[in-house]
Amino acid sequence: MNITFLVQNTFNGIMLGGLYALIAVGYTMVYGILRLINFAHGDVMMMGVYFAFYFAVLTKSNVVIAFIVAVLGAALLGFLIDNVAYKPLRNAPRISALITAIGVSFFLESFAVVVFGAIPKPFTSIFKSQTLLMKVLNVGGARIPVLTFLVIGITAVIFVFLFLIVYKTKIGMAMRAISADIPTTSLMGVNVNFVISFTFALGSALAAASGLMWSMRYPNVFPYMGFMPGMKAFIAAVFGGIGSIPGAMLGGLLLGLIEIFIPAYFQSMMMYRDALAFIILIVILLVKPSGLLGKKAVEKV
Amino acid sequence: MDRRLSTKTKVILTLLVIIVVAFLLHLADKHMDAYKLRILNLIAIYGIMALSLNLINGITGIFSLGHAGFILIGAYTAALLTLSPEQKEMSFIIQPIVPWLAHLHTNFLFATLAGGLLAAFAAFLVGWPVLRLSGDYLAIASLGFAEVIRVVALNAISITNGPLGLKAIPEYTNVWWAYGWLLVTLLFIGSLVSSSYGRALKAIREDRIAAEEMGINVFKHQLLSFVVGGFFAGVSGSLYAHWLTTIDPRLTTLGPMLTFYILIMIVLGGLGSISGSLIGAALFAILVEWLRNLEEPFKLFGVIQTNGLPKGSRILVISAIFVAIMIFWQRGIMGRNEITWDNLYRWFSRLRRGEKNG
Amino acid sequence: MAKGEPLLVLDHVTMKFGGLVAVDDFTNEVREGEILGLIGPNGAGKTTVFNVVTGIYYPTSGRIIFDGIDITPLKPHQITHLGIARTFQNIRLFQDMTVLENVMVAQHHSISNPDGDRILKMNGKKPKMNGKFWFWRSVLKLGYMDMEKKMREEALNLLEKVGLASLAYEKASALPYGQQRKLEIARALATEPKIILLDEPAAGMNPKETEELMDFIKRIRDEFDLTVFLIEHDMKVVMGICERIIVMDYGRIISEGTAKEVQNDPKVIEAYLGKEWEVI
Repeated sequence: MNITFLVQNTFNGIMLGGLYALIAVGYTMVYGILRLINFAHGDVMMMGVYFAFYFAVLTKSNVVIAFIVAVLGAALLGFLIDNVAYKPLRNAPRISALITAIGVSFFLESFAVVVFGAIPKPFTSIFKSQTLLMKVLNVGGARIPVLTFLVIGITAVIFVFLFLIVYKTKIGMAMRAISADIPTTSLMGVNVNFVISFTFALGSALAAASGLMWSMRYPNVFPYMGFMPGMKAFIAAVFGGIGSIPGAMLGGLLLGLIEIFIPAYFQSMMMYRDALAFIILIVILLVKPSGLLGKKAVEKV
Repeated sequence: MDRRLSTKTKVILTLLVIIVVAFLLHLADKHMDAYKLRILNLIAIYGIMALSLNLINGITGIFSLGHAGFILIGAYTAALLTLSPEQKEMSFIIQPIVPWLAHLHTNFLFATLAGGLLAAFAAFLVGWPVLRLSGDYLAIASLGFAEVIRVVALNAISITNGPLGLKAIPEYTNVWWAYGWLLVTLLFIGSLVSSSYGRALKAIREDRIAAEEMGINVFKHQLLSFVVGGFFAGVSGSLYAHWLTTIDPRLTTLGPMLTFYILIMIVLGGLGSISGSLIGAALFAILVEWLRNLEEPFKLFGVIQTNGLPKGSRILVISAIFVAIMIFWQRGIMGRNEITWDNLYRWFSRLRRGEKNG
Repeated sequence: MAKGEPLLVLDHVTMKFGGLVAVDDFTNEVREGEILGLIGPNGAGKTTVFNVVTGIYYPTSGRIIFDGIDITPLKPHQITHLGIARTFQNIRLFQDMTVLENVMVAQHHSISNPDGDRILKMNGKKPKMNGKFWFWRSVLKLGYMDMEKKMREEALNLLEKVGLASLAYEKASALPYGQQRKLEIARALATEPKIILLDEPAAGMNPKETEELMDFIKRIRDEFDLTVFLIEHDMKVVMGICERIIVMDYGRIISEGTAKEVQNDPKVIEAYLGKEWEVI
């Protein structure tokens, strides 16, 4: 295989991986704190995309404004979901919380079917000019769309901000403390419920950001669009070590690269691309359940 | 004090109930209109699905989300066996069907058994890696496997006809097949759950480590429950296929959506209750049909004419109910209790004594 | 096997978790028919010894021999089948099941444990399973009801002996704390063990209950022909019923002997100083 092919696929893989990583961070932060797989996370991403689409269509405003509204809307949605559905179940068995999360996911999908319709919407139609999206750069013979650079760049900037929030601010410190030990942290006078809600809002905003970029690349917007990326991002989070933010980034990137490269080199795998992630999940859970960067937990007997 | 009836009495009572229900079904079969009869059959199919998933999730405490995968295998296997060779040749337009399948043709009973066995085998293969995981990881991994099965069905075009699905499947599922299989499922799973094996499965659910330390081979028992559940999921798949008459591997028909529906049934009826599963399945089927009225034009309070709510509203209502149940009423209708002869007897005698004293 | 012969032998057993050495080169034995106590400050590694013996953890190094069989590589359900039963420090009953069901779960291995039987046969011992194909026989009710009746009678019998018969149909979670501890012991007995490992059986009991428990342990030892290996913090229990005592600190055995001997061992006094010693 030639170098152009390699370069092209590497860029595609990094872009896809970055998008997974953005969603994965939401899973990993919530799981780290509540030990809950927020099943509805992928659907929050879907809702974010619909917010942008309808805001742009209805108000005919600039796409950038629509995007900001969508990200804020998703953050609010994440906050609401936590408060309405998950908060009453903080002390319930973990499996009850998981079933509830499935229920919320199911609710959001049906909500989208009823309110936004089941027929796919073309996302790129909200862009007044599509020239930027279509433009292709020539990198050493490889043809890379400008969009790819844009997505990779924005993703990188978002991650820098995320790290600043988590490692340099007070609320970030509270988040990290809670994921280590909730009772002790609350004894230290931290408002645990507020921090958990903030985590949901932050994760949801990132998922929406990812969803918006996702839809520029794959412009089919439909109620179940969040399901697969959501599942894959969760797998990425497990891959990197659930509970660890750098782990979610690494897991996302690797998953993206694997999903691009394996079908690129083995054409027959193309159709089974979606199955690949789940096989990775099983293998990683059997071989190294704590993931690449996670901490090992010993069950107390 | 433990009040119990003799085994003989219970067997006779059970036979009586079976005869009465059979007679009622006979009446229904003769006099009900075709639409209502279809719903009646759907209740039995959902019942089998709910029972088999509840054995895995509620009784054994393995939180599996892969049920739709096993149902899909049962549905495709059985449908491919009952479709006539001519019909198969006609349907497979993208790619011709593989030769060894083209002329394979059996009756409905064998097709259903084959569907069940193949699904059980799939459960065995999937269970091997998945059951080594715990809790929520297991949930995601089983969901993942079901998705893999679905993706394979979508792409193995010369066997499954891919995205076009299978059409013109004979509508074999009638009251007798549906309720006959429901009875078999109920007896099998009921008998299993009330035996020493059932106690072991519940013990695993309560405390895996303690069960292990009491001499139970946890992995083997979980796998057993998974395979039995898989078998009946396959059977329900066959009945479902011959009820739907058209199957395809979309997200909504034989994908995760179906698993979520079954999950709603067993949560509504009570996770871990066999009788609850049946109640949950019946309520779900009736509720979904009743809510269908919302999507048709109807008169609000008998006066205001509306055009009906948009398509999909009933699912939205159901999902809202589901979340509400999880938040406010986690035990569902039956909790982990069962309707058994002994319990009914105890209940009646308490009622009688209560009357005497009061 | 004669009384006083080693029944359970731990041979240079070490258990590490990452950098932490929970059990460090543990070599000792439990002799047929004795009541052996294992004491030591919190975190000394006592429960880990039990977990390694019953197969929850595989030791990092060393061997464990039970009744002449090397059980080091075996799984928990096999080890139980060979005749080692245990209770837990934090009660681990099947809370949502009845008292009777809790006991009957422990009988289940007598119809479902070919794995354990294989080990017995390999070592030239008598297999313990009552026939084969019990899964199908129990579902299709082929001769199963007699077995169920037999198990039920045995379980009720056992509950009668330990004084829980009147509570047989109560949920385990409904029992008072002391009775739950007792049920844990009854459940362990239902596996028909040769040796029973009791992890802090007197924890949370009042002096009267503790007194009863001591009699109870001695009584079951004689009645069921058992060997008892127990971890306990209550020195009254340890000094009152244990014929031999092992003292652990930081994963190592620091002393061993009769109650008198360990009480006067300066190393033991040092390990306990200012901690639980004043209890005695």
